[in-house]
Amino acid sequence: MGVIRYLRDIWRGAVSLARGMRRTLYYFLRPKEIITQQYPDNRLTLNLPERFKGEVVMPHNENNEHRCTGCQACELACPNGSLKVIYKYEITAEGKKKKAIDKLVYHLELCTMCNLCIEACPSDAIKMAQTFEHSVFDRSQLIKILNKPGSKIMEGVE
Amino acid sequence: MWSFQQAAQQIHEWLSERMSAGWALALEMVLAGLMAIGLFAMLGLILVLMERKVSARMQVRLGPNRVGPKGMLQTAADTLKLLLKEGLTPDGADKWLFHAAPIMAIVVSMLLLAPIAFAMDFQLWDVNIGVLYVSAMSSLMVISILMAGWASNSKYSLLGAMRSGAQIVSYELSAGLSVLTVVTLTGSLQISEIIRSQADGWWIFKGHVPVWIAFVIFIIAITAETNRAPFDLAEAESELTAGFHTEYSGIKFALFFLAEYINVFVLCGIGATLFLGGPMPFHIGSWEGLNRIMDWIPSSVWFFGKTFLLIFVIMWFRWTFPRLRIDQLLNLEWKYLLPLGMVNVLLAALIAIKGWHF
Amino acid sequence: MYHETEILETRTDAEGHEWMTINVGPQHPATHGVLHLVITLDGETIVKVDPHLGYIHRSIEKMCESLSYRQFIYVTSRMDYLSAHINNHGCALCVEKGLQVEVPPRAQVIRVLMDELTRIASHELWWGAMAMDLGAFTPFFYAFREREMINDIMEETCGARLTMNYMVPGGVMHDIHPNFQRRVKEFLKDYKRKISEYDEVVTENIIFQNRMKGIGILSPEDAISYGCSGPVARGSGVHCDVRKHYPYEIYSSLQFDEVLESGGDCFARYLVRMREMKESVRIIEQLIDNIPEGDFQAKTKAVLKLPKGEFYSKVETARGEFGVYIVSDGGTTPYRIKFRSPGFSNLSVLDKLARGNKIGDLVAIMGTLDLVIPDIDR
Repeated sequence: MGVIRYLRDIWRGAVSLARGMRRTLYYFLRPKEIITQQYPDNRLTLNLPERFKGEVVMPHNENNEHRCTGCQACELACPNGSLKVIYKYEITAEGKKKKAIDKLVYHLELCTMCNLCIEACPSDAIKMAQTFEHSVFDRSQLIKILNKPGSKIMEGVE
Repeated sequence: MWSFQQAAQQIHEWLSERMSAGWALALEMVLAGLMAIGLFAMLGLILVLMERKVSARMQVRLGPNRVGPKGMLQTAADTLKLLLKEGLTPDGADKWLFHAAPIMAIVVSMLLLAPIAFAMDFQLWDVNIGVLYVSAMSSLMVISILMAGWASNSKYSLLGAMRSGAQIVSYELSAGLSVLTVVTLTGSLQISEIIRSQADGWWIFKGHVPVWIAFVIFIIAITAETNRAPFDLAEAESELTAGFHTEYSGIKFALFFLAEYINVFVLCGIGATLFLGGPMPFHIGSWEGLNRIMDWIPSSVWFFGKTFLLIFVIMWFRWTFPRLRIDQLLNLEWKYLLPLGMVNVLLAALIAIKGWHF
Repeated sequence: MYHETEILETRTDAEGHEWMTINVGPQHPATHGVLHLVITLDGETIVKVDPHLGYIHRSIEKMCESLSYRQFIYVTSRMDYLSAHINNHGCALCVEKGLQVEVPPRAQVIRVLMDELTRIASHELWWGAMAMDLGAFTPFFYAFREREMINDIMEETCGARLTMNYMVPGGVMHDIHPNFQRRVKEFLKDYKRKISEYDEVVTENIIFQNRMKGIGILSPEDAISYGCSGPVARGSGVHCDVRKHYPYEIYSSLQFDEVLESGGDCFARYLVRMREMKESVRIIEQLIDNIPEGDFQAKTKAVLKLPKGEFYSKVETARGEFGVYIVSDGGTTPYRIKFRSPGFSNLSVLDKLARGNKIGDLVAIMGTLDLVIPDIDR
């Protein structure tokens, strides 16, 4: 009986190995199953989902206007100090002092793309962009000023 | 029709006309050496690329595809990089042995090439103990691995070398026994004689059961002897980082790498010669038409085709199976392959005596 | 702390066997991270395994003390990065417990769906990495192929692939993407076909079975006394599935089995994870067509303040029981946070399991413990 079991063990082992080999051969013979995306070549056709969190940007309209009121909600919401609002006081037409941003400094090198600033923003002034190629040669290039030079707050945004 | 044998003959005649026999022989030797080295480099490049492409296809990815057309020059670029890389020698290493080990590995692989018949009647050295010579030489591989492992003065290397020692010495037996099966049937150790005995059919067809068993054992044994997965315990990446060549870098590492692939090629070539008829074309009994077409294909193509088929099988093993543990590896040899091989040699002897083979 | 001499010395035992001490890690292909094991060997046999931790300690617990209750959740994705969703979930649950916020049913279902997808993704990666540790490289790519589909689903709904930060106190950050249900169904259809390949390539393989069976046997008593949880403890037959025994969210109303194996060896732990993937598929199938309408987030105040006191909640991550313990002094930031991470307790049995086995077994045991090093060090 021992010999039969010995031979049966060998047979079973060989069959289990053959099944595995059949699977790898299956893929060897079917190049259509290849799933590799050739990244830098497919840049033009690369579609990232609209919710993808790449970096924080501040959309401006064609008149170079943004929606940021300088309320600092994003700065407070940020867990690691990536956003810094530098604000100033503007004199409105009625002669009142009004808080507005001078600069919204964004430290991309600190940002973890947690989306908390976007959630916190009461006036939808900032949003996440789908860019992801952030590598630069100098760290200082990662410190960005989100509002464009000379931009103003949009009409009607409080 | 053009063939390697005719080309060699023409060169020989051309040289003999122009100079004395001694000079002609010397020049032919130099030429053979150069061709061996050229084959070495070519095989290294082709086999590494083939391994990478085969593994990529099995792993549903593309593999090298950037350097040259379809990534063909990738291995050449890699070789260039390895050549330019600094070769580090660890502090406290046995310098002499450390430098000698990769050279030893490559010399052993080169010596192994001598009796291989690349085409019909085209051999460097048709020694009358050709098969024995290959067995003897391939067991020298372990020495270079032990040298490398010991001289590196690294614990990982040492463990890898010790594993490899136990492994190669054990599997040598199985490889020898399965070779013996064919030798029993042929009645000769000479490679050219073995090839000629298969003119009316390869041993894998003629020798039926014992040769089938011997063939399977031989494939397993040479996989183990060349330290390839699933028997790559000497390197065992996830256990010993890189095993015996952990401390090697640059060209010395490349030599080990090359030696491994050349050994695979040579041993697969021996397997193709013994079991699959080497340069013998595939014939089916009385189908004259088919046989003539098969004869038309050059014998070197037959040899390389069969060898590369076996190499593919070994690569296929590597990219499918997990690695064995050291005790399981020795169990497999001593409890399964060796008894089977011994019974098989008896069976082959019986068949050879009774003339039951075709 | 280790002393240098201890590592370099060759020690001898009472019978005159020479022992060799060897460093595995912090940079080693099998440790999958910066785990440092000092192993003492007698030939190939392991005499002792001594894990040294702290190479990726980032003091996350201390960091959390200076972050508000909304902010600290994102840091916990960086602990067990493979089950980031579930870690975030545990933290969100604890904060909700303190705030006594009722999470809307839609958010609960989305959370459970995400948890189970994460569990599948995490087990996928474990499966591939473990097969690679054992020397089979190809399964790794098959595993990543399926994991990629989950990552794509996550990317579409949460906006990130690994550290999503999708759970917020009171619900989830966004509603699910319109494509979510369709893509999950596509994934499930594909996945059920692919999972049989895993058995062909790895589970049934005779070499693999020999490597796993009877290796690193963990008794149920040891599993309990070492504080193991998750698949490691369930492989020894210990009932410890938090989803089943301390159900949170909607787990109590779902049909699923607590996967148990009695062997306690590597193969049992392996089977637990493989079957758990199938259970997760079952859970997702129950929920994917039954996502209730409604809010995805409960109304919470802009600044969250937990009442004075102590709060604890636990969830079942892919690795085991993950506990969050918050001590609040009534302010906007926690006074003290303690995370009970499953990896740390699971690592502690490594020495026990590995003793007397070969080096190759150590790799197999580490593979089936499914260690994520940032989860251990925090």
